[in-house]
Amino acid sequence: MDVAMIEVEQVEKRFGPTRALAGVDLVAERGKVLALLGPNGAGKTTLVRILTTLLEPDGGRARVAGYDVVADAEPLRSSIGLAGQYAAVDDLLTGRENLELVGLWYHLRKTEYRRRAHELLERFGLAEAGDRLVKTYSGGMRRRLDIAASLIARPPVLFFDEPTTGLDPRTRNDLWCFIEELVASGTTVLLTTQYMEEAERLAHQIVVIDTGRVIAQGTALQLKDEVGGDMLEARVHDVADLPRAAALLASLGNGISHTDPDQQRVSLPTKGGTVLLIDAGRQFEEEDIALDDLGIRRPSLDDVFLSLTGAASGDGTANLPGSKPMR
Amino acid sequence: MTELAVARPAPPRMSPKLALYDTAGVAKRNLLRIWRTPQMLIISAAQPAMLLVLFRYVLGGAIRVPGGKYVNYVVPAVFLEAVLIGGMTTSIGLAQDLKSGIIDRFRSLPMARSAVLAGRTLADLSRSITSLAIMVGLGFAVGFRFDNGVAPIIAGLVLVIVFGYACSWLYAAIGLATKDPETAQVAGILPFFILMFASNAIVPVSVMPGWLQSFARNQPLSVTVSAVRTLLEGGPAGHWVWQALAWSAGILVVFFAVALHLYRKSAS
Repeated sequence: MDVAMIEVEQVEKRFGPTRALAGVDLVAERGKVLALLGPNGAGKTTLVRILTTLLEPDGGRARVAGYDVVADAEPLRSSIGLAGQYAAVDDLLTGRENLELVGLWYHLRKTEYRRRAHELLERFGLAEAGDRLVKTYSGGMRRRLDIAASLIARPPVLFFDEPTTGLDPRTRNDLWCFIEELVASGTTVLLTTQYMEEAERLAHQIVVIDTGRVIAQGTALQLKDEVGGDMLEARVHDVADLPRAAALLASLGNGISHTDPDQQRVSLPTKGGTVLLIDAGRQFEEEDIALDDLGIRRPSLDDVFLSLTGAASGDGTANLPGSKPMR
Repeated sequence: MTELAVARPAPPRMSPKLALYDTAGVAKRNLLRIWRTPQMLIISAAQPAMLLVLFRYVLGGAIRVPGGKYVNYVVPAVFLEAVLIGGMTTSIGLAQDLKSGIIDRFRSLPMARSAVLAGRTLADLSRSITSLAIMVGLGFAVGFRFDNGVAPIIAGLVLVIVFGYACSWLYAAIGLATKDPETAQVAGILPFFILMFASNAIVPVSVMPGWLQSFARNQPLSVTVSAVRTLLEGGPAGHWVWQALAWSAGILVVFFAVALHLYRKSAS
């Protein structure tokens, strides 16, 4: 039977007149990764701060590892690890000192936190740098140390707030492998991210939030189906033809076409399959619009994200000026 | 079917023993930082040293004090300056920790809420004491002499440290309220100026206008300077010492509570 390690019910938070969270619900099960996806300012970090007892909610209830975030904040903190957006490590201490002190504050025994610090430095490729001051570390090394610090007491629930922002692809991949290992051993992870690739690779469940509300949730596959399956996509040869191509595509289906001027590309969610593709090809020829490429592809999570967050901002179109897939 | 997680057997509740253990960890962290930034120690000792030279040699000649040499009047005040400036580093350090996000990590850990503040003020005390020791040496170099028994002299220096420690909680509150090292630095100068200059530390209160005299005579720093002077230089110290200790205790209790409240609420 699945056990809910993170349970959020109608959680609200205001900052002055701004509603940062307007009634969020979600559940993360033991040994699973829940990815919180959303644009900047959607409320992701606010929710993480509430779940890690840094902020109190104004309304609703939330439990982590069975502890209420307000009433049981003290024991809750023994069950969680947090690695933030900005690496919260101490520049004037060595990597090892940073880890050992965090272990002390988790009230581990001295022999235990020493051994764990040693293991984690090895595991995160910091063994050689372990006795150097952190101010000599690169950005990636600091981030790895920050994540290692959150793991020192092996907490059953981990919160990672944009853990791989600013990391090079190799370090990012290493970190993903490590998160997969942790989860395989039963740890529950909630991570916020702006990288669709990250959510797709790691998350068992994706929760999309925008302006403080959950606007969609499910697996990556479910979310892709929700925005309408396949995409019909055309790349024009001459960028000046882009508006005409967009109008043409819009007239073919009942979805909203999305224009990407940088890629000279228009796309349209479709269920019409090859019939529509042939139809589109014929019409592009009649209109005399030269194409470099025309095809049908599965939507990426980027498409899902743009489609969902575009619709939620209220103007009913995913075709925002200058909007690009977030990478 | 999803079932709710049942809380694990509760970890040990926070106890005074654990709180001390956490505080020692924070103090160790801050002592390592102080040890690794010796330039900060020199800068924080340079300020009272400059004030000492300024008042001893530039302005001192123009200041008349009742019955005695000005150097013996002003040096005890410089001792208090040294520990107050030591306290200022507490506000700047805490504001830096808030800004860097490390306080977020501390607040997400199962450590005692008071440990971050107590560990910092205690570690910063080492800087104040070092600075005070340097001022005692400098004081001697410019002609200051103790004129009392060993026990009262030690009591006088301890009183300086006690007052400095109490004020470091005021500075902790300033650091947490401003949340920004530069703002904390500027804000920290205000109480320093009011306490130091609207007092009997530099000049006798009798030369001030009447409306200022009653404040200048009774404010905590004046009372403490009077107590320290009598302990170092002789004279009936008793009632000054009790008043000074009462002020220190009051400042400590009030600003401990204020700082702890600000720390709990601090959401950077």
